[in-house]
Amino acid sequence: MLFSRALLKRHSVLPGFDLALGFTLLYLSCIVLVPLSAAFLKTFTMTWPAFWDAVTAPRVVAAYRLTFGASFAAALVNAVFGLVVCWVLVRYDFPGRRIVDALVDLPFALPTAVAGIALTALYSGNGWIGSFLPFKVSFTPVGVWVALTFIGLPFVVRTLQPVLEDLHGEVEEAAAILGASRLQTFGRVILPIVTPALLTGFALAFARALGEYGSVIFIAGNLPMVSEIVPLLIITKLEQFDVPGATAIAVVMLVASFLLLLAINGLQAWTRARQGR
Amino acid sequence: MSAVGAIVAAPPRVSDATTEPAWVRRALIAVALAFLGLFLFVPLVAVFAEALKKGVDVYLAAIVEPDALAAIRLTLVAAAISVPLNCVFGVAAAWAIAKFDFRGKNLLLTLIDLPFSVSPVIAGLIFVLVFGLQGWFGEWLRDHDVKIIFALPGIVIATIFITFPFVARELIPLMQTQGIEQEEAARVLGASGWQIVRRVTLPNVRWALLYGVILCNARAMGEFGAVSVVSGHIRGQTNTMPLHIEILYNEYQFAAAFAVASLLAGLALLTLVLKIVVERRVAAQASGATR
Repeated sequence: MLFSRALLKRHSVLPGFDLALGFTLLYLSCIVLVPLSAAFLKTFTMTWPAFWDAVTAPRVVAAYRLTFGASFAAALVNAVFGLVVCWVLVRYDFPGRRIVDALVDLPFALPTAVAGIALTALYSGNGWIGSFLPFKVSFTPVGVWVALTFIGLPFVVRTLQPVLEDLHGEVEEAAAILGASRLQTFGRVILPIVTPALLTGFALAFARALGEYGSVIFIAGNLPMVSEIVPLLIITKLEQFDVPGATAIAVVMLVASFLLLLAINGLQAWTRARQGR
Repeated sequence: MSAVGAIVAAPPRVSDATTEPAWVRRALIAVALAFLGLFLFVPLVAVFAEALKKGVDVYLAAIVEPDALAAIRLTLVAAAISVPLNCVFGVAAAWAIAKFDFRGKNLLLTLIDLPFSVSPVIAGLIFVLVFGLQGWFGEWLRDHDVKIIFALPGIVIATIFITFPFVARELIPLMQTQGIEQEEAARVLGASGWQIVRRVTLPNVRWALLYGVILCNARAMGEFGAVSVVSGHIRGQTNTMPLHIEILYNEYQFAAAFAVASLLAGLALLTLVLKIVVERRVAAQASGATR
């Protein structure tokens, strides 16, 4: 058929290319591409000043600052502790290692609303953890950070794991024979090898945190200008029937997400190149 | 080798010069476990502890209450529609991408991943823009008395968007590594396209497919942000389990909220267990060579 001849690079004896690709493109367009384009097309019906006012109002800017700041801090903490967790899981043997390994995926599997109410209960003033802390966590920006750290936890570990597992002893032995201390070997040999994967995991955790809603809204307290995240602000605008305002903010976040996606694709290519694949 | 070094069991493949002193190893394990305990284990335990705080009677009452049952039913229905659809899509996309060489493949792969980088709230918003009263099809839908937003179709379509990539993501890399020799052999022996998919391709990827379905289902049942935007929160009618939890929590019915939450937490634990089982099967299938 014409369709397949134009796209196929190589003839294949297998049937079903037209049907499979046709269905894939149709489904992708109906579910993802056309609805997403609605967000961009909607903002084109706004005048430029109206759009600019909607995305730069002080309350919106405060929400950007909180969302990006807390997401960055959460991804940073996850990068540091994710490296430690991954190192321990790959290199050491201890009782319960397999269970701990499986538990790392919990934030992927646990619905965000469940995580949200559990964290809020733990970190409230009379909660198991909150009652031991000298400062308030629930209903403050720190609470936002706690929820985003929970959500981003698996990304760094799962991105690093295959790279660390591939890292065999030879290079470390070579470093040791050449007189490097263990710390020097880590800093000069191991860290450079895992850096692309570490950055990828960081970026994935950061990207996920930017859009997170369910786990944050319970613990954040949602005070405008203080602990209100961008996704919540979009919902608030929708509930006030300010659809253009909500869409304008959504488009800003979508553009940020797409830029991050490009960066992540680049980082993944770098990871593969570093691993010589 | 020091005696202390022998006590903390190091994996045999790592010799002494390429591992850390025992005290460093212990400290790192302690840091990792403390971090995971604080952020993962304690919240998980807290869900069940809070759910049972007021006794088993309160727990059971919260689950068999009519609004909770309606929410459970709606969640099951939404997952039962969206997961099979994404499953069919995943197989079709993997067949086209893994078995054929065509222009624009990388772009298609990126587009399939797109829903992962869209905030759930924005996923809900775009369907309001398309199907909502002031949206593209809003007037037409109203004139023909079709409800999508604030009704089941809206919840289903938002769920499909959120769980869109899961099955395709699991199948594509595996089917790419498996190549096309077996399918070509089947073709030469006279099998039809459907026979090849059913008898050759799907058996080869069955564990990865199951894993994709499990992940897709877990996310479908737990989705909150996207569904929250399109559902309208009508109690007993358009409330899924996560939305029911939110309402109970905001009404200070904490024990009831955590009771419903414990069901979803149980589902998450089941997902993790199934994941381990399936991963072992995939590894076994891969090491046992392609059949």
